[in-house]
Amino acid sequence: MSKRALVLLLTLAVPVSFVACGGGKDEDALLEEEATPVPAAAAPAAGAPAAAPAGAPAAGSAAVTGKVSFAGTAPTMEKIKMEADAFCKSAHATPVYSQEVVVNPNNTLQWVFVYVKEGVTGTYPAPTTPVTIDQQGCQYHPHIFGIQAGQPLRILNSDSTLHNIHALPKKNPEFNIGQPFKGMETIKKFDTVEMPVRFKCDVHKWMGAYAGVLNHPFFAVTNEQGTYEIKNLPPGNYVIEAWQEKYGAQTQNVTVSGSESKTVDFSFKG
Amino acid sequence: MGEAVQGRSIALHRFAVVTAAATLGLIVAGGLVTSTESGLSVPDWPLSYGKVMPPMVGGVFYEHGHRMVATTVGILTVVLAVWLARREPRRWVRRLGLLAVGAVVAQGVLGGLTVIFLLPTAVSVAHACLAQTFFCLTVAIAVVTSPRWDPTAAAEREPLTRLAALTVFAVFLQLAIGAVMRHTKAGLAIPDFPLSLGRVVPRLDSFPVAIAFAHRAWAIVVAALVFATVVAAFRGGRRRTGLFLGALVLAQIALGALTVVSRKNVAITTAHVATGALLLGTSLALAIGSPGLKSLSRRSRSERRGAVSMLLSEQ
Repeated sequence: MSKRALVLLLTLAVPVSFVACGGGKDEDALLEEEATPVPAAAAPAAGAPAAAPAGAPAAGSAAVTGKVSFAGTAPTMEKIKMEADAFCKSAHATPVYSQEVVVNPNNTLQWVFVYVKEGVTGTYPAPTTPVTIDQQGCQYHPHIFGIQAGQPLRILNSDSTLHNIHALPKKNPEFNIGQPFKGMETIKKFDTVEMPVRFKCDVHKWMGAYAGVLNHPFFAVTNEQGTYEIKNLPPGNYVIEAWQEKYGAQTQNVTVSGSESKTVDFSFKG
Repeated sequence: MGEAVQGRSIALHRFAVVTAAATLGLIVAGGLVTSTESGLSVPDWPLSYGKVMPPMVGGVFYEHGHRMVATTVGILTVVLAVWLARREPRRWVRRLGLLAVGAVVAQGVLGGLTVIFLLPTAVSVAHACLAQTFFCLTVAIAVVTSPRWDPTAAAEREPLTRLAALTVFAVFLQLAIGAVMRHTKAGLAIPDFPLSLGRVVPRLDSFPVAIAFAHRAWAIVVAALVFATVVAAFRGGRRRTGLFLGALVLAQIALGALTVVSRKNVAITTAHVATGALLLGTSLALAIGSPGLKSLSRRSRSERRGAVSMLLSEQ
C-alpha cells in the first residue's frame, strides 16, 4: 500500500469518525447555548388555559364571553401508551388520554381557542412577560394557548426525561430543540401572526400542542366548563373565531360598545 | 465457474460480504427512522442531546440507533478500504473501496444536514438515494473480491447481464420515486389498492397523487424487467438467483400493497424499503456476474443460508 493511499484513507477516515461518533463540541457548552435552568417556582399552573397576557395595554372595557358546546356522540379518545419511556409511564397513576377532543361533563368542549379574527384596530405591543409551555408528565401544559407575535415563549422541561420540542409553523421559522434535563428552559419568539402553530415531541409521539400567534391580546381558551372570556375589548365590530384542532373553525360577528359584555356561543358537532 | 484467481483473499471477500450485509441493516435502521417519524427526535448532530450515548427512549431509540449502526458501517467501510488497499492487486477495486469511504462520509454528512435543517425533502431524498448507491458499492465490492469472480464470464451470459443491468437502473429509479413519495408524506395520497382513487389512472392534479401513482406505474415496469431477468437467469443457468429475484419482486409487490392497506404499518413499510434494497443488490450482483457460492466457500454453510449471501449464489 502506498503512503499516498494511506494518507488519503486516513484523511477520509477522520470525518467518518467525527460523523459517526460525534465529538469536538463540549456537551455542556452545547446545552448552554439553548437552555438554562430556571427556578421551580417559575413553572405555571399545569393545564391553565392561556388568557390575555398581563401587562398588555387595556384598550377597552367591553368583553365577549361564551361557551363552546358539543353536539353528538363524544368520540372515544385514544388511551396514550407511554411504554416507550419508563419515566412517562411512571408519571401517571391513572390512564392518560389524547387531548384532541376533550368533552366536558356538561357537553362542552375544553381546549378551544377563541379569538378576535377581524376588527381589531390599532397596535398592541407584544408583552415582555413570557407565555410558558411546560413539558410535564410527558404532556404539554397548556395544550392550547395564545401568544402575541414578538412575545417571548418560555419552553420548560419539568420532566426527568429528555424532550425535543419541535414547532411546525408555516409562516414563522420552524425550530426543533432538545431539552435533555429537568428544569431546562428555552426562550423563543414568533414574529409573524399565524394561526395555528403546532408543536410536537418526536421522542414521545403522543405529545402535541397548538398556539395561536396574534398581533393583539384578545384571545382565550375554553376551560373545563367549556367557557371563555375575552376582556378589555374596545368598542367595535368584530369577527370572533373558535378553533378546535379536530373540528376546525367557526366564526360569528359581534358588536360591542362601552363596557358591555356580549355572549357569543359556539357549537361543534361530533 | 473457473478456478480461484490467485492473490484474492477469501477473508477479504467475506469481510466485504459482512459489510454489505451490515449496510442492508443500516438501510433497515434508516427505514425505521422514517417509518416511525423519529428523524427529528434527536435535534442535534453529530452528538445526540450533547452526548455520545443518550437515553434510548421513544423516538431516540430509532434515530440514535440508526446513528450507531451507521457508525458501525462507517468503521467497516474504512477497514474494508484499508484492507483492499493493502491486499487487492486490482487498482480499480481499490478505488471502489475509496469510493465507498467517500460515499459513507457523504452519507453521514447528509444525515446530519437532514437533522440540522429539519428534514428538507431534497436532502432527505438524497440521503435515501445515496444509501442505495452505497449499498450497491458494497455489493459490488463483495462480488468482485470473490476469488472466483471472472469478468469475462459476465459477458458470456448475455442477455442476462444486460437485462439485469437494466433492472438495476429501473429498481434504482423506483427507489428514488419511493424516497420522494416517502419524504413528501405522499404514501397514502392514494389510499386504495389495486385501484387508484377508484380508477385505473387517477386524476393527477396534485403532486402527492402524481408521485404515488408514479411509484405504482413504475412498479409494473420494474416487475416486467425483473421477470424477464428471471427467465434469462433460468436460461443462463442461474436458477437459484433467478428464483430469489422472482420471489423478491413478488414479496415487494405484496408489501407495497400491504403498506397502503395497513396505513403504513411500521414493520411492513420498513420491510418494503429493505426488500427494495435487496432487489437492487440482487440485480446488481447478476449484472456484474457474481460467482457461485459453491465455488466461493465449501466450508461456510451458514453463508449459503443468508439472504445476502444469496446475492452471490449461483446454481
